[in-house]
Amino acid sequence: MKDEERISQPEKQLAELLKRSLPPVDRELNRDLWPQMLRRLEEHPRQPNWLAALLSPAAMASVPWFDWALLAALVVGVCLFSRSIPIWLYHF
Amino acid sequence: MERISPPPELFEQFAAGDLDAFESLFHQFQGEVYAWIVRMVRDPAAAEELTVETFWRIYRAHARFDASRSFGAWARRIATNVALDYLKRARIEETPLEDDPPASAQRGAGTPDPAVRREVRDRVRLALQQLPAKLRVVATLALIEDYPHAEIANSLNLSTAAVKSRVFRAVQLLRKKLGNLE
Repeated sequence: MKDEERISQPEKQLAELLKRSLPPVDRELNRDLWPQMLRRLEEHPRQPNWLAALLSPAAMASVPWFDWALLAALVVGVCLFSRSIPIWLYHF
Repeated sequence: MERISPPPELFEQFAAGDLDAFESLFHQFQGEVYAWIVRMVRDPAAAEELTVETFWRIYRAHARFDASRSFGAWARRIATNVALDYLKRARIEETPLEDDPPASAQRGAGTPDPAVRREVRDRVRLALQQLPAKLRVVATLALIEDYPHAEIANSLNLSTAAVKSRVFRAVQLLRKKLGNLE
């Protein structure tokens, strides 16, 4: 058995003890879980896709810190030099 | 048992947020996900709840699913995280085991004593429950379920060396807790 090659003697002894001591579990699923899943889906309706994508922690975390710094600089610039906004708009 | 693999467009439809596609995938993979979870948590009722929780997370993360990759492997990783979260929450309070087993457990070897065997079983179960969740999962999969380290590593998103290290640490802790029961 390949496991005998990969595990050490103490591990093998302990594995035997664990197997003898713990009751085996039934790995077969005996009923359909879809009704429970459906209930869950109904309890928590999905947010609109764009909003969920925009506000998800994964999306936030994926933005590099440098982009956040640029955004902050832009906001500060707009606040400090608000009179220049029409000039920028004219040029772009 | 060989499962008929779903058509590739089903994965694309699921990734696009199609609920019917999700239902099809749920029916095809619920047994596999349940079997994986019940191996780790060893409680059928909890495993059913965690299977639903796994698919709930899968459903919410549909947009992040890459349809060109294995849905089964992705689902297994999510199921492993769900099981780990459960084991962290369910981990019982650290109750110190006695340093020496009780006198009844030290009777002559080879004398079958149902009471002692039950005591031993309880001590082993308790020792396993007291392991930190991440060690408990690898110990269960490697030592009880005989999964190869590489497969465990893939499911836990770890290197094989990290799995070996966790198995080693779990064995050390279990041996320390179980004393001379082995």
